[in-house]
Amino acid sequence: MALTFFRGVQTRPLLSYPSIYFALRKHNVSYCNMQNTQLETTERQEGQLKGSTREIHSKPHDKLLKDFEAVIGIETHVQLSTQTKAFCSCPYNYGAAPNTSICPVCMGLPGALPVLNSKVIEAAVKVGLALNCSLSLDSKFDRKQYFYPDLPKGYQISQFDVPIASSGSLDVDLPVEYGGGHRRFGITRVHMEEDAGKLLHTGSGNYSQVDLNRAGVPLLEIVSEPDMRTGIEAAEYAAEIQRLVRYLDVSNGNMQEGSLRCDVNISVRPTGQQEFGTKVEIKNLNSFSSVSRAIDYEISRQVDLHTQGLADQIVQETRLWEEGSQKTITMRKKEGLADYRYFPEPDLPGVTLSEEYINSIGSSLPELPETKRRRYENMGLSMQDVLFLANDITVAKFFDATIAGGADVKLAANWIMGDIAAYMKNAKVSISDIKLSSEELCELIASIKGGTISGKMGKEILFELMAKGGTVKGLIKDKDLVQIVDPVEIEKIVDKVLADNPKQLEQYRGGKTKLQGFFAGQVMKESKGKANPKLLNQILLQKLNATS
Amino acid sequence: MLSSPRLLRHHLPPLQCCFTTAPTQPPSSQILTIKKALLSGETTSVDLTSAFLRRLRRTEPHLKSFLYTPSDQTILQQAQELDNRIQNNEPLGPLAGVVVAVKDNICTCDMPSTAGSRLLENYRPPFDATAVRKLKEKGAIIVGKTNMDEFGMGSTTEGSAFQVTANPWDLSRVPGGSSGGSAAAVSARQCVVSLGSDTGGSVRQPASFCGVVGLKPTYGRVSRYGLVAYASSLDVIGCFGSSVADTGILFHAISGHDKFDATSSKRDVPDPTSQFIANDYLVSKPLKGLRVGVIRETLQDGVDPAVVSSVNSATSHLEDLGCVISEVSLPSFALGLPAYYILASSESSSNLSRYDGVRYGKQLFADELNSLYRNFRANGFGSEVKRRILMGTYALSAGYYDAYYKRAQQVRTIVQKSFRDALDRNDILISPAAPSVAYEIGEKKDDPLAMYAGDIMTVNVNLAGLPALVLPCGFANGGSSGLPVGCQMIGGAFDEEKLLKIGHIFEQTLEGYNFVPPLVADEVGC
Repeated sequence: MALTFFRGVQTRPLLSYPSIYFALRKHNVSYCNMQNTQLETTERQEGQLKGSTREIHSKPHDKLLKDFEAVIGIETHVQLSTQTKAFCSCPYNYGAAPNTSICPVCMGLPGALPVLNSKVIEAAVKVGLALNCSLSLDSKFDRKQYFYPDLPKGYQISQFDVPIASSGSLDVDLPVEYGGGHRRFGITRVHMEEDAGKLLHTGSGNYSQVDLNRAGVPLLEIVSEPDMRTGIEAAEYAAEIQRLVRYLDVSNGNMQEGSLRCDVNISVRPTGQQEFGTKVEIKNLNSFSSVSRAIDYEISRQVDLHTQGLADQIVQETRLWEEGSQKTITMRKKEGLADYRYFPEPDLPGVTLSEEYINSIGSSLPELPETKRRRYENMGLSMQDVLFLANDITVAKFFDATIAGGADVKLAANWIMGDIAAYMKNAKVSISDIKLSSEELCELIASIKGGTISGKMGKEILFELMAKGGTVKGLIKDKDLVQIVDPVEIEKIVDKVLADNPKQLEQYRGGKTKLQGFFAGQVMKESKGKANPKLLNQILLQKLNATS
Repeated sequence: MLSSPRLLRHHLPPLQCCFTTAPTQPPSSQILTIKKALLSGETTSVDLTSAFLRRLRRTEPHLKSFLYTPSDQTILQQAQELDNRIQNNEPLGPLAGVVVAVKDNICTCDMPSTAGSRLLENYRPPFDATAVRKLKEKGAIIVGKTNMDEFGMGSTTEGSAFQVTANPWDLSRVPGGSSGGSAAAVSARQCVVSLGSDTGGSVRQPASFCGVVGLKPTYGRVSRYGLVAYASSLDVIGCFGSSVADTGILFHAISGHDKFDATSSKRDVPDPTSQFIANDYLVSKPLKGLRVGVIRETLQDGVDPAVVSSVNSATSHLEDLGCVISEVSLPSFALGLPAYYILASSESSSNLSRYDGVRYGKQLFADELNSLYRNFRANGFGSEVKRRILMGTYALSAGYYDAYYKRAQQVRTIVQKSFRDALDRNDILISPAAPSVAYEIGEKKDDPLAMYAGDIMTVNVNLAGLPALVLPCGFANGGSSGLPVGCQMIGGAFDEEKLLKIGHIFEQTLEGYNFVPPLVADEVGC
């Protein structure tokens, strides 16, 4: 999709800048295209309020897994949603026309110099604190050097030996349908760096093009300890990182747009063995479910090789996850360790943090997913409910506001997870898009609990509130929905119905008591649905059974 | 040793020919003289600029200082606009009407900026360097881009991909480098002042070879934004002038904090103009009590005796002015040279990675990416640049980093400390600017080690990030009328003001020398 879109713009964006496309007869670099491979759409992923990991099915053969243990670590790149890039004042908008958001600095023109955007530090400190890391009061930037056409300076500004944050942890609650359980995974480090541009390969042409819009966009790289053992654990870890950055409002965490990218390192060893097996890296994981499925596939592949005595065929390499065939394939074998010739970035001064700065950021952090989940748990909600409500920050905020308004916790949870979630899924909107406010949900719940309207009426106006807005009180009035709770009034209706149906009454009294339902329906109809069902039944029975 | 010093009582104002009467106040600044003459209506910017252009066009075929000059018409149009402003009594900038040349590694959006490299032939940046923007804002007229060793790597201009600049004192000799074009242009009065850049001595050594004043400011004093990077932690834009005052005024105009350079200092830069008082007003011992440390290691074996003798005379002159002279030792001095070449090469290997054939230079076709890079870089870079990229790549490689890069950084720390200690005990330090006078063209071309050794006097100052002023102090035999020798004064960080004050008094009171080269001596005031 993206490819078609970009085709035919080879000379367009260059203005007075030097030529930015380059010629290659064959590209040996086509893996960059994989970002464009069609996978699950964003909307679908967003629309399913449930974390996508909840829908993962595949499982490697369990019997073999007993004998082997997988060791999994994840490197996550989080694209920060700062207004401007890391080292210049260009904005970044995903999907903008190629090379429309570039300047001498992010193009790496001779003489241009980087100046750090302080919002990058702020985001790094937030994430570092949220991941329980120790922060380095004195860190620095380094240059990571390699040649690639999407890297205009020939080096990436990154952090090497002194990352801004290190030695942290992340708490994760596994999905109930996978047995549940709480896990704590170690975080090795968090560091700041800049993104590279993108290569656009012409379908049939003999050249490739470079789009530098993304060059210089700030990233945080979060490296986990090799603490995960299954695809589900890894996918949940990644989902928790996404939740965390969304709670902190430092990134949109969108995997489809590449705002959250996961590279997985995985090895397999016989259970009980201390040393790690040979590590394989998997790239091109564009959803949590592909993280889980790719890992399960890779575990099976490696375990199979082990059991066949072919463990030596597991080599250190980078493999690509192919969504189509649901397999990992070799992308490139590592020829020894790449030498990036890191050295301190001389164009940028060191990054110094004061205790005051860190404390001020620390005290302004929002409630984090883990804390929220524990709070919900203590409120008496089931783990299923807890995970659902805390999964999406906007849903959690809505829920929190609703109960802050005095609504019953369980009722509020049920409404949100039931009818509201169903509506959002159907209409493909998020909770911030619907017209219903938390105040009105509160009012609705109170109106039902107080008996002003029936649950059925409540449902009816809920949809109207979500689609069109308005107030509960207003709708009850407009639709004349106030429940009839006056026994005298109900009695009148019952009398009328009994009088109108003498034949059925005779049958009932002759022993055909099933007809009670018929009468209840008629009374409800006569009351235009407003009769309080409990009172209705009470009075109806009285009248039916009255032998007069 | 000294070759026939011309017995002239004072510096002949180089612009004398342009004026009906020789200006007397202030005595030694072309910039201040120009401003006065323009404001008084004594001359016009068009006349003044035309005089420079005539001299430039006459001397340029011999010198080849410039890689690019706009048409006379383009330049004179700016002068005309300035004259109109004067007519309308509009305010004038501090560099109004001053003809300036700019080293070709400093970006100008209206002129090519090649850094002396084939790879950037015809490259026009879409922006002005901060220093250039300031020049323009302050009314300077830029006459062109000067020749240099490719990316600043070299000491002769022979490393330019395009041409070799000749030394105005002897056309068979080099002007020094890498800012050789800028030094030669000021020396031959093709312009009033010029910008250069100094990573390991690239302003100071050519200033010495060409007999002009050169200032290497403190690292961070002048924005590097728009300076094509060679070694980012050492690079600084510097100034050339035919007097200390002109050099200081130019320095003040381009320095100060710049939000586009994260390494630029936020300190205020005091205006040095009030320091440039006329000779007549000087008291008898104007530098009384000033402590001057002569760096012992710079006047030992391997240094040209004529250079030693000139610097010793300069020391005596300072003593006459009231300075207290002592000898200081910088034991780490000799370590600076190898440390410099490791650090500068390492940084340059990284800074030059961007010239990969994707964006600059001739588009090449290749079957695969690595051969695109290989062909482009092999054909595009000159041999000295390739040598330094290779050295730097090696020094940063896994397994060698600790032995080279890290070690060199440790040496740098030691060098910084030894300068700090010496400057705690002295106001300034002095040394030669170079161990010899200008070389013959071709003399060092095939001997890179000998060429590197020529940087011994200057590289330590870059490692320490300190300011240094080079000013002509004598002559050695050579050419038709001697070859100039420069004396280097090194000051504490951000203390350019002190250097300029001392340099100005030194220059005003140095009798018996005229540093106008024979090429233009007839025209400029003799």
